[in-house]
Amino acid sequence: MAVIAAIFLPLLAAFIAGFFGRRIGDRGSQLVTCGAMVAALVLSVMLFIDVAINGHARVVPLANWVASGDFHVDWALRVDTLTAVMLIVVNGVSTMVHIYSVGYMSHDPDKPRFMSYLSLFTFMMLMLVTSDNLLQMFFGWEGVGVASYLLINFWFEKKSANDASMKAFLVNRVGDFGFALGIFSIFIIFGSVEFGTIFPAAAGKAHATFNFLGWHVSALDCACLLLFVGAMGKSAQLGLHTWLPDAMEGPTPVSALIHAATMVTAGVFMLARMSPVFEYAPTALAVVTVLGALTAFVAATIGMTQFDIKRVIAYSTMSQLGYMFFAIGVSAYQAAVFHLMTHAFFKALLFLGAGSVIHAMSGEQDMRKMGGIWRLIPFTYAVMWIGNLALAGVGIPGVFGFAGFYSKDIILEAAYGSGTAVGHFAYWLGIAAAFMTAFYSWRLLIMTFHGKPRASKEVMDHVHESPVVMTGPLTVLAIGALIAGIGGYEWFVGHEARAEFWRGAIQVLHAHDSIHAAHEGREWVGVLPLFVGLAGIALAYVCYMFVPGIPATFTKVVKPLHVLVFNKYFFDQIYDVLFVKPARLLGFGLWKAGDGAIIDGLGPDGVAKTTRGVAAGVSRLQSGYVYHYAFAMVIGVVALVGWFYFKP
Amino acid sequence: MADWPILSLTTFLPSIGALLILLVRGEEQAVARNAKALALATSLLTFIVSLFILVKFDPSSAGFQLVEEHSWLPALGIQYLRGIDGVSVWFVLASTFLTPVCVLASWDSVEKRVKEFMMSLLLLETMLVGMFTALDFVLFYIFFEGVLLPMFLMIGVWGGPGRIYAAYKFFIYTFIGSVLMLLAIIAMYLQVGTFDMRVMLDHTFDPSMQKILWLAFFAAFAVKTPMWPFHTWLPFAHVEAPTAGSVMLAGVMLKMGGYGLIRANLQMLPIGSATYTNLVFVMSVVAIIYTSLVALAQTDMKKMIAYSSVAHMGYVSMGIFSANAQGLDGAMFQMLSHTVVSAALFLCIGVVYNRLHTREIARYGGMAHNMPKYAVVFMLFMLASVGLPGTSGFVGEFLSMLGAYEANTWVGLFASTGLVFGAAYMLLLYRKLFYGKLEKADVMAMPDLNAKEILYFAPLVAIVIMMGVYPKSFSSVYAASLDHILSHHRDALAAEGLTPPVANPASAFVPAANAGTMSDDHMAAHPATTETPGTEQATEPSTTETPASETPAGAPVQAEPKADANPDAGH
Repeated sequence: MAVIAAIFLPLLAAFIAGFFGRRIGDRGSQLVTCGAMVAALVLSVMLFIDVAINGHARVVPLANWVASGDFHVDWALRVDTLTAVMLIVVNGVSTMVHIYSVGYMSHDPDKPRFMSYLSLFTFMMLMLVTSDNLLQMFFGWEGVGVASYLLINFWFEKKSANDASMKAFLVNRVGDFGFALGIFSIFIIFGSVEFGTIFPAAAGKAHATFNFLGWHVSALDCACLLLFVGAMGKSAQLGLHTWLPDAMEGPTPVSALIHAATMVTAGVFMLARMSPVFEYAPTALAVVTVLGALTAFVAATIGMTQFDIKRVIAYSTMSQLGYMFFAIGVSAYQAAVFHLMTHAFFKALLFLGAGSVIHAMSGEQDMRKMGGIWRLIPFTYAVMWIGNLALAGVGIPGVFGFAGFYSKDIILEAAYGSGTAVGHFAYWLGIAAAFMTAFYSWRLLIMTFHGKPRASKEVMDHVHESPVVMTGPLTVLAIGALIAGIGGYEWFVGHEARAEFWRGAIQVLHAHDSIHAAHEGREWVGVLPLFVGLAGIALAYVCYMFVPGIPATFTKVVKPLHVLVFNKYFFDQIYDVLFVKPARLLGFGLWKAGDGAIIDGLGPDGVAKTTRGVAAGVSRLQSGYVYHYAFAMVIGVVALVGWFYFKP
Repeated sequence: MADWPILSLTTFLPSIGALLILLVRGEEQAVARNAKALALATSLLTFIVSLFILVKFDPSSAGFQLVEEHSWLPALGIQYLRGIDGVSVWFVLASTFLTPVCVLASWDSVEKRVKEFMMSLLLLETMLVGMFTALDFVLFYIFFEGVLLPMFLMIGVWGGPGRIYAAYKFFIYTFIGSVLMLLAIIAMYLQVGTFDMRVMLDHTFDPSMQKILWLAFFAAFAVKTPMWPFHTWLPFAHVEAPTAGSVMLAGVMLKMGGYGLIRANLQMLPIGSATYTNLVFVMSVVAIIYTSLVALAQTDMKKMIAYSSVAHMGYVSMGIFSANAQGLDGAMFQMLSHTVVSAALFLCIGVVYNRLHTREIARYGGMAHNMPKYAVVFMLFMLASVGLPGTSGFVGEFLSMLGAYEANTWVGLFASTGLVFGAAYMLLLYRKLFYGKLEKADVMAMPDLNAKEILYFAPLVAIVIMMGVYPKSFSSVYAASLDHILSHHRDALAAEGLTPPVANPASAFVPAANAGTMSDDHMAAHPATTETPGTEQATEPSTTETPASETPAGAPVQAEPKADANPDAGH
């Protein structure tokens, strides 16, 4: 019962706020949605204790869904440790964002609609994480996509929001194309898409081959790679990432909830959920590692060059997602989920903190027009510090560390500890990204809060700390960023305790157990990320506080490189030329030339024209002149005689 | 009404209504009002009567039910023979359900010759129901052609400015196809000596003859469906047709093609179907991609939806000839979903067309501001058309793609690109209609949905969600029939030493002998435990050695078995 309530309360609230928002008013909608979320959060905590701590994992069947021949799928809620963790993350962050939105959206006329969308999103995300089969996961997967589309486009009169929302939906659909093919492949291989059937059977299919597009390929590798394409779309991995920065067009609470803490981590969740299958797909894991590492690196480089405060954090999100993926690639699924959890807290904190800044600065998002406001909004300044310390992974080994200190380190250690070539590749790119992460985080802090004010006088006069309804959630998330790492470490990735905690929700082959290797690994492997992080912070101070001329000089020196990175490696432009424009042209060409000239020209119009032509010709023959007929007769006779004469 | 000839009643009630409307005399306005009232009453009564078909239908039986058999022209072997099975029953209901909806939708929008319009609509219903329930091939042919007449009138009389061209295009296409079908029917009659479709279903036609007959039927149904490249009549017909015409055309008439492909091509001519499977696959896949791209380029919203219909029907033909359970189920479900969704989308277009009298997408914009209810309804049907899980569009699309993927991975791959292309044009349409600033004065002046419009959208909304969340409520009616069709199809092919197309036979995945060496105890953590009994996965290990081949770079990080792997959890 608790499971059902925890998941369907947000749907009920979304329904009430969406359809009766006008009747119950703004305040009513906010109360209904926030109340439902708080209740769902309390239930999730109870579930977490019951499932993860006391070990009562369960599957709650709801109803039959799709049945066709051997293909049989039920609506069912699966709650094991992995799901319980996700329930806490999703409902926790979502509740904070709901409450925060009451303050943040206080000037917006469409409050019920906004709250309704937020709750709808939460429901879809909960369906995703509680799914007991791939099809229901796909339901949640697409559902969060739609909710994200609606929320990015919340201010729908803005053209940029329209563009961004369509882009998000379509790029995600490209990923879903892979996901759907992955589901098909899983069904063909296992004869089912239900986890309870797939997981125990995976080992037996390890060497099976599979006919994909005429090639015989390893069945599980093929299926897992296709699923990974889906994860790439949702989790903005390199190649299918272009929608994420644009998604910042949505209101800031949306960015915090969907595009940082929850939806974008769905890909990580999916791969962790499918760990029993991925373990037997070594090629797929290697690809995941390489692509994750590249994403972490590339996104960090872009993050160092951007000026929009939200975009910097967006690229940071993409980079951190890259970490999670290469953790999965080296079979450190628990570490990936650990980082997912800590990241949810500190990244939501950073986004909501940025929202508080934007709120204070009357909607300004460009860091070049900020500065010198830390005395004016000290609380926001403090929570941004905490968020950035957690993101950069600062801590004193053995004593205390902010959330990222634990989760990022274990990922890097596991990558190194896996002992594979791709693992080492990921480790070194990860170290480089950690350096850049610290650098752009303090670049953001200094540009936003320190130095001389660069905003206009009216804006500066208006700078104010946010109301309590916004600072309250920030406080909760800040506490999360402080303690999530140290508190969760033993459970998630501890040497001994993790088996007890996960209870088989994640399965790893012994030979792949990189977390074990991480604990046995060398000292410097784990300390290096901290040092490069501190170095990055120091460099940011030098560049943006002590010697402010350096960035300008440096960008001049490496101009071509800077142009490339500043323009996000021209992904958007390349895709536009390769896909968007050709699709338009092709569509128009097929319509005019294909349908118009060829099909109609040779088909009905052609037939009609020919018929008319022949008829006209025949009617011309009937001229009525005797000599015409006589002439025709002569030709006929000549032809006949000729035929008899030359006949073989 | 236990023994009433319920199929005939459903078929001819609308005709009786049409006759009554013919008798209406008086002032023009009174005539219009009475004709509308009569049409609504008749169509509602017919719908209620048709519900009894559903009640009396036994879904567990695969054979024809509610059969009515009367001798008609015995000298020619022609009977008055009616009956339904799982394949046809929903189409009958779709016809009787959409007709009152169309009457309501035409209530204010049809202004000239109201009496004649309502009569055409009711006659169309008679023809459609007659066609889906005919079991004698001559009867089938008569109704099949008879459908054209009222539709032709609706386009030709109440259509737009280009109606003559549209009607003539419609005629050339369908006529050529139908003539070939008539020849095929006669050829089959000469073989079996009766027009009884039940006899023909059981008869095995000569393989070489099947290949020719198949093409003849295919010509007729591919035009109706319509399949690429026989689709170009559809956009013109839709654009010129009044809203009710478009709704009936997209909602039910296109399904005549899919119905025929199942009934005649797949069921009666299995060898022919196996022979031409690849042809159908190519045509379907081209339809899905090609028409989606063409839809992207449209500036007329009716044309855009018309092209999207072609793409959606591409899934249907692909699914049918995948000849597996998922493909056929998917095709059937896709047809039912398309019935509701395309009808609803054309009704949606009708809403704004009635207010502004243009179909030009660029004339609208920002309607989410002043028409929020309309925006919500349109959004739902847009998402259903895009195939969002939880709406009706998903189940059919997903199953037919799965079926195609099982038959041929290339076909499944190309068909799945429809996920992206299909979303592109619908989102583009929605965006241009509803988002952006509300600037145009006449668009601003449009009122939101009125009570009558809400009245006919409400059941459509409910059906779309019902079909998406609990598809069994619809699929259980035809499951037994489709099962029977498939097993019959397989047997027929097996007799000729053929099999349906399969990319990966299930036998390929039976665990190989060496695969057993990897089992759960190599997992660092223990298998997932659920409290549902029977899902335990405790296969006992046979060996404890991990094959080196699974570590990507061959690095044995740790060889010793893990001591702390808890033996059991959660029990």
